Amino acid sequence: MNIFAATGRTTLASLRETGRIANFASRGALSWVTGPFYWRAFFSALYRIGFASLPVVGLTAIFTGAALALNIYDGSLRFNAETFLPQILGVSIVRELGPVLAALMVAGRCSSAMAAELGTMRVTEQIDAMSTLAVEPFKYLIAPRILATTLALPALVLIADIIGVYGGYLVSVYALDFSGPIFVKNISEFLENRDVISGLIKAAVFGFLISSMGCYYGYNSRGGAQGVGSATRTAVVASAVAVLASNYFMTSLLVEF
Amino acid sequence: MSDSNAKISVSDLHKSFGRNEVLRGVDLDVDRGKSLVVIGGSGSGKSVLAKCILGLIKVDKGVIEIDGRNIARQTDSDRRFMTGQSGMLFQGAALFDSLPVWENIGFRLIYAQGKSRKAARDKAIDCLSQVGLAPEIGDLFPSELSGGMQKRVGLARAIAADPQILFFDEPTTGLDPIMADVINNLILERVKALGATAISITHDMASARKIADEVAMLYQGRIIWRGRPEEIENSNNPMVDQFVHGRAEGPIKMAMRRR
Repeated sequence: MNIFAATGRTTLASLRETGRIANFASRGALSWVTGPFYWRAFFSALYRIGFASLPVVGLTAIFTGAALALNIYDGSLRFNAETFLPQILGVSIVRELGPVLAALMVAGRCSSAMAAELGTMRVTEQIDAMSTLAVEPFKYLIAPRILATTLALPALVLIADIIGVYGGYLVSVYALDFSGPIFVKNISEFLENRDVISGLIKAAVFGFLISSMGCYYGYNSRGGAQGVGSATRTAVVASAVAVLASNYFMTSLLVEF
Repeated sequence: MSDSNAKISVSDLHKSFGRNEVLRGVDLDVDRGKSLVVIGGSGSGKSVLAKCILGLIKVDKGVIEIDGRNIARQTDSDRRFMTGQSGMLFQGAALFDSLPVWENIGFRLIYAQGKSRKAARDKAIDCLSQVGLAPEIGDLFPSELSGGMQKRVGLARAIAADPQILFFDEPTTGLDPIMADVINNLILERVKALGATAISITHDMASARKIADEVAMLYQGRIIWRGRPEEIENSNNPMVDQFVHGRAEGPIKMAMRRR
């Protein structure tokens, strides 16, 4: 076996797949403007992706905020900087942990569901049936899901930010003897608009990537139950990798502004 | 140019999947208002042929004319032209699990034709009665229906927009003989009532004899015989004879691995 040929083949296959996903995602985005746009399908997706994800995102945020407060306190004690806990906690949650953790939760919960649902529709010919009913499956199934996730994730992240900071507040005030009003004053004076906005920009991009992956792998799944299972697994893994990789690149861009 | 009375005219249609050449030059005409049944063994390409005509699968080569318009290039406009006047009953019914029965039937009316939900629901209930189902069925979900009921709902969905062309993919597969005959009767009745042109794909000979004005046999990617249902017993074609009588021995060899 020629290792160079194998590497080349794998690289080309990866590039082709990336191209196909980019084409798919841009077609999804274009469908928002070319119409018809199916509002009912959009609101249904918005409810399932946004509202129904609130409990899991909230729980993740509160425990992460609480654990983060303990870690920051323990670490900063070593150089007598524990008074900066609210500021460090705020920045960490709003700029980084809120968007990334909420996105990973939504990737696990919704990207898999999209891939499984669309994959089952594909292998049971429901997508073909939709075409024969003169409704373009891409516009009815894909465009509303991508737009709903892109809009829902920033809202979820904003809520996760508040709950996460509140988790840190609870630990700081009730376990670490911080003063509540001073905690709130420090954090609100220290955080800038751009901290929050950069987190929300990241969230929108994550939402777009997660839904594109879930829809792409589900829509193109083949081969029965095994194919749907494989599409679901790949969608979750690809979404998580896309979130973490794009997070680095976006962070490096956003810190410049 | 095809016969002027032909609603559907297919010539020299080719389709391959990788190295597997499924359709190798299919020629087929269906006259307006007639019902053609395509028979053939499993994997002979019957469903691929129907899906090519419907624009669900891209063709490699050939001409597909509907009312004299070639739609083989499958542009968006070709697809709209075709789906705007056709309906299909899928093998497994392919009902949308997430929608109630009435919305499945009225799906095209709401989302393609912009009708109100109330008008679509009324039409769906009317279509349910045409296939012998009670209005209450409209509020159930597909998972709550038996296989036979799902086929009937699939038929109701296919006819809801009064199409001029109907496709039936294995309409009786998986049904008991009595329910299969009920479906055959419904197909006959609805096709006649709509004055539609129908193409059915099946390997159920009882169904073929009942619903066909003409029968065509697909073998190795080509139409090898065509005639009226009453001629099928005396086709003088050894492959048709073998298929019709369901014999393992004969010119058609099934791919089998010998020990």
